[in-house]
Amino acid sequence: MSDVLLRVENLAKHFGGIRATDDLSLDVRSGELHALIGPNGAGKTTLISQLIGEMQPDSGTIRMNGIVINTLSTPQRVARGLARTFQITELLREETALANVALAIQARQGHSFRFFADARRERDLLDPAMAILRNAGLEHRARIHVAALSHGEHKQLELAIALATEPKLLLLDEPMAGLGAVESQDMTMILKALKGRITMLLVEHDMQAVFALADRISVLVYGQVIATGTSAEIQANTDVRTAYLGEGNS
Amino acid sequence: MDETCDIASPVKRRRAALLVAVLAALLILPFATQALGYGSLTSFATRIVITAIAASSLNLILGYGGMISFGHAAFYGVGGYVVGILYAHARSGEAIWGLMPGTSDLAVTLPLGLLVCGLLALLLGAISLRTSGVQFIMITLAFAQMIYFLFVSLKAYGGDDGLSVRRRNEFFGLDVRDDTRFYFLSLGLALLWFGFMARLVNSRFGLVLRGIRQSERRMAVIGISTYRYKLAAYVIAGMGAGLSGALMTNYARFVSPDMLHWVQSGELMIMVILGGVGTLLGPAIGAVVLLSLESVLAAYTEHWQVILGPFLVLVILFWRGGINGLISRLTGARCE
Ligand SMILES: Nc1ncnc2c1ncn2[C@@H]1O[C@H](COP(=O)(O)OP(=O)(O)OP(=O)(O)O)[C@@H](O)[C@H]1O
Ligand SMILES: [Mg+2]
Repeated sequence: MSDVLLRVENLAKHFGGIRATDDLSLDVRSGELHALIGPNGAGKTTLISQLIGEMQPDSGTIRMNGIVINTLSTPQRVARGLARTFQITELLREETALANVALAIQARQGHSFRFFADARRERDLLDPAMAILRNAGLEHRARIHVAALSHGEHKQLELAIALATEPKLLLLDEPMAGLGAVESQDMTMILKALKGRITMLLVEHDMQAVFALADRISVLVYGQVIATGTSAEIQANTDVRTAYLGEGNS
Repeated sequence: MDETCDIASPVKRRRAALLVAVLAALLILPFATQALGYGSLTSFATRIVITAIAASSLNLILGYGGMISFGHAAFYGVGGYVVGILYAHARSGEAIWGLMPGTSDLAVTLPLGLLVCGLLALLLGAISLRTSGVQFIMITLAFAQMIYFLFVSLKAYGGDDGLSVRRRNEFFGLDVRDDTRFYFLSLGLALLWFGFMARLVNSRFGLVLRGIRQSERRMAVIGISTYRYKLAAYVIAGMGAGLSGALMTNYARFVSPDMLHWVQSGELMIMVILGGVGTLLGPAIGAVVLLSLESVLAAYTEHWQVILGPFLVLVILFWRGGINGLISRLTGARCE
């Protein structure tokens, strides 16, 4: 088990009476694409927010490479190779797609206490940003302001920005939500191309994409992981079928 | 970065031409007004130029960084008091706290004013920036009012009545007491300040600051600890206001707690909003318009605030982007 990149143990978080995360334990192995599925309100987004440090758990530990990261701030976790995308996109709306990615590259390069040189023209930032946009299929939209991009492009840009931080473990919160069939397929292809190079925890409702991409799948219900296994194992699991995949629920 | 905003585009060229024309006008202003017999306008222009620095410094945190500070007068007033107190000690010959003699040389009073305001902003910012939203507005206001009452109670430095500075500071022994010379000194420093701002807002630091206004959450997940950048911006803004205050005390030959009052903070805020939040020259335009309106309306009626108030409300409601936004729309496009 030395190849576990992320280990979550007995994590708990409640909002009033709601146990959004309930004694949750989960391992993500180095190099795998681990899908996390579960019904609405199961606590998937809440888990990601705790992993990246935006929310503090009530109890439990989060380890990366064996080291407890609970007390680290979000930027410190990002520096150690964690990155997330947002289910409800969170972008710099007044900037171009290129500027959004370039800023992430700038952050990756170190501190930003440089007060004079025009950063909007720095090749050091623009060239790698452009390369990432090209891979995300957004090259032709690079100089368009975020506010003028489509929902699908926002989703692609979320991924591009996360990649610009050069993550070791990428937490993806429903990257396909709201995408059309073609866009979903494009996103699936992009993620497939990243597989193996970057470890991913993929939260997604699109089962077709999940079964096509995931090495392992965990099922989250009421803040607890009720099953973990390969696609075949999960599809065969009766608990999962009743709780989530169950007939009637698409 | 649209095509219309390319360096070679007609819009950019038109704006550049406008800027050159304004600069030329500022340079010949004292001579022109004297020749036309409106010599007092030079003095008025000096006031605008100095105030524009303070408004621009507030705009750095308010417009670019999204930090709604309602206590900017603290730095403006303290900058003014540094000059006033140093002058008082220079006259009396008593050393300040037995440490440092007073002086009336700008070469000392200005850097010292910047230093004091920078340290004060570091202290107040370090605490205030732990909060956000309405809490931040209230805490910045509270700190500024504390400093206001502190100076009101400082009888040694005039208390409520303030301090007179009988003679303007010298500058490296050079006489800048004359209105025209003082105008050019203020203009020179204002141009330096605005030049610095122009570089700053497009630098790596500036881009981070703009990002923070749009989404602190986004900035955190790309690995940026926003607090230190906000604090640095707060310190720079505090120093800008201090520079402005130090010049204003020299201009008016007077400093009083009024410079520290929340009404002063509010006026600076109005200038920023009026001229155009988060634009480089908006605050300067705001200073011109607000100070002109005030003096014109005050000449007609003592109830000028009754007219000014609704006017400001209209601007805020209908001219999004302030007057600078209006100019952009008239010259063709937004390029900032
Ligand atoms: N900040 C919050 N305050 C109070 N309750 C919250 C908060 N965030 C989440 N919750 C609650 O916690 C539970 C889990 O929410 P979460 O957003 O993590 O679910 P999810 O699995 O991501 O759902 P979806 O598939 O709809 O995105 C829900 O009942 C939600 O209402
Ligand atoms: Mg969710």
